Amino acid sequence: MAHAAEPVLILAVALNFVALGVSRLRPVIHGVALQGALLGILPFLTHPEIGLRGGLLVGGTVALKGLVIPALLFRAMREANIQHEVQPVVGFIASLVLGAVGTGLAFVSASTLPLADEHTNALVVPASLSTVLTGFLMLTTRRKAIMQVVGYLILENGIFLFGLLLVEAMPFLVEIGVLLDLFTGVFVMGIIIHHINREFAAAGTEQLSELKD
Amino acid sequence: MACALLLFPLAMAGITFVAPSNRRRPWLLPLGALGHLALVGWAVLGCGHPVSGLGGWLALDALGKVVLGLLSLLFFLCSLYAPGYLTLRAERPNRVFCATLFVALAMMTLVTLAHHLGLTWVAMEATTLATAPLLYFNHNARSLEATWKYLLIGSVGIALALFGSFFLAYSSLKAGLEPTLLFGELIASAPRLSPPWLHAAFVLLFVGYGTKMGLAPLHTWKPDAYGEAPGLVGTLLAGGVTSCAFIALLRVYQICHASAEADFARGLMVLMGLVSMAVAAVFLVRQRDFKRMLAYSSVEHMGILVLGIGLGGPAVYGALLHLINNGLAKGVLFLSAGNIHRACGSKGTEDATGAIRRVPLSGALFLAGFLAITGSPPFGPFVSEFTIASAALGSGQFVAGALFLVLLGVVFVGMGKTVLSVVQGRPAETADAGGFHDGPGTGVPVLLFMALVVLLGVYVPGPLEELLREAAGAVEVRR
Repeated sequence: MAHAAEPVLILAVALNFVALGVSRLRPVIHGVALQGALLGILPFLTHPEIGLRGGLLVGGTVALKGLVIPALLFRAMREANIQHEVQPVVGFIASLVLGAVGTGLAFVSASTLPLADEHTNALVVPASLSTVLTGFLMLTTRRKAIMQVVGYLILENGIFLFGLLLVEAMPFLVEIGVLLDLFTGVFVMGIIIHHINREFAAAGTEQLSELKD
Repeated sequence: MACALLLFPLAMAGITFVAPSNRRRPWLLPLGALGHLALVGWAVLGCGHPVSGLGGWLALDALGKVVLGLLSLLFFLCSLYAPGYLTLRAERPNRVFCATLFVALAMMTLVTLAHHLGLTWVAMEATTLATAPLLYFNHNARSLEATWKYLLIGSVGIALALFGSFFLAYSSLKAGLEPTLLFGELIASAPRLSPPWLHAAFVLLFVGYGTKMGLAPLHTWKPDAYGEAPGLVGTLLAGGVTSCAFIALLRVYQICHASAEADFARGLMVLMGLVSMAVAAVFLVRQRDFKRMLAYSSVEHMGILVLGIGLGGPAVYGALLHLINNGLAKGVLFLSAGNIHRACGSKGTEDATGAIRRVPLSGALFLAGFLAITGSPPFGPFVSEFTIASAALGSGQFVAGALFLVLLGVVFVGMGKTVLSVVQGRPAETADAGGFHDGPGTGVPVLLFMALVVLLGVYVPGPLEELLREAAGAVEVRR
């Protein structure tokens, strides 16, 4: 793995902590947009010989994860008129601590994984695992629907990172399909958030508790 | 041919979307469904040469034929029900509803055809996205809650399946092979795949596609989604989407089995199958909402499917037969439950009583559907559940076999109480009658589902049995 990628990976992991520790939505969405864009350019740094096809993919990923999806989220945020995450299930400080522990564990456990020889010292695997954990933490502990969508995006970013080890295995069509699904998913979630807001006059998921046994 | 199977429903989705009349648009559904059924019939039975496309990425093998055939039949019968149902709901615009039904059909078809696990993943996620608007058809607070949970839990679950797919590709890279997700290549190189990565991949893919199937404890979205969905959407989810997730899981199981890591996968499947049945049984006892009851019944039957695969041998044939029986019986139950819900204005057992007096046909079919799904003779599920039970006992897996039979008994009693209180008694005075009566549009499709369930109970046609045997053999392929 080329060394040029390492600062980018460290920055991407650092952005996890922005998402975990900040209550205002705007910087969190900016953070996840930057993370998505950084991950988008990574294939260039790790596989410089990537060619036209890869170039298209890099452009598409950066545009989608860095611009289009954040724009959708900002629109949902404006329409729902919410600025903050309020009273998450786990507080921001505790989230940061959990995130730090998770990241530490990811880095420790990655060195014990039976990786292929060319990947044993790569930062990609621990960065991927810690980002996946961060996504899960946000999905389970945040009450605002938009924050949960951000958590889902971070989870996807973590999985995408692992996919970097396998650029050769993932054909163009599949990568485009994954991106398209991600875009459609966020688009549909945005519509649902809009309806949640209209129905309950607040886009929090704590109102979504009528259905139970 | 494979591309035609995909493009035809997509084209129908486009036509449906631009069709101007809200009143006449639903009639495009049976038309398109008939076309799809004809194409599938030709692909499965008619044309002698193997169906494939996109350079081996799409192929229709025996397993795909079983699921695709079920899917197309299910969609066709549901589409016969749709015009009658949507006429009753004339106040709601149905443009998005009808168009996304066709998109969902196309994506489910793609799942059955895909022979590249990345493509399988893309199609499965697209199926989730295409079915979300169907759940939200009623546009009220409850359906909104159900849709949000369905979308978020489904998307997160399936994200794990993508992670698992990457692990699977990595297991070939670790083994010094060219990393790939092409199904045929993975099967061929299965014995050489790196075992730890293969184990991790199987667990993640099991969790991911298991979430879409609704195996306990990943089933939490299911009661909400099935409880709030219109009857025909419930049928497509419980019989179609879950079957697609099951075939995706089977593809992964096939790779595990070919790699001689089968024991690990089989143990996990037996365990999770029994856990799903047990959790469903707990929630089925004293269940007071008859549509949520059907959701827990679906959890139970998904458990039976993975249990059958895990038990191995003749139980695999039983599980595949049960896939068909379950899908068809769920058609009877969800559509008749939808009719009863409409007639009584409620889906709670306090208000919805005396269904057999209020809507005699739907009430009787609901009762017969209950007997069928709980494994009473002479209905189809009896045959498949009996096959699984006798395979378990015949192969010496007594604990699993005994638990299977006990849990079936508990489910029968639990469901029976709810169903009987809905069907019997006097119609409650408080219930809003709504003026709904059984008619041909909402009755005949349910009768057709019932006829098929009875047919499979007394006689499994030769070609179908042959196809199921071939598919069961492919599931347990060894290298």
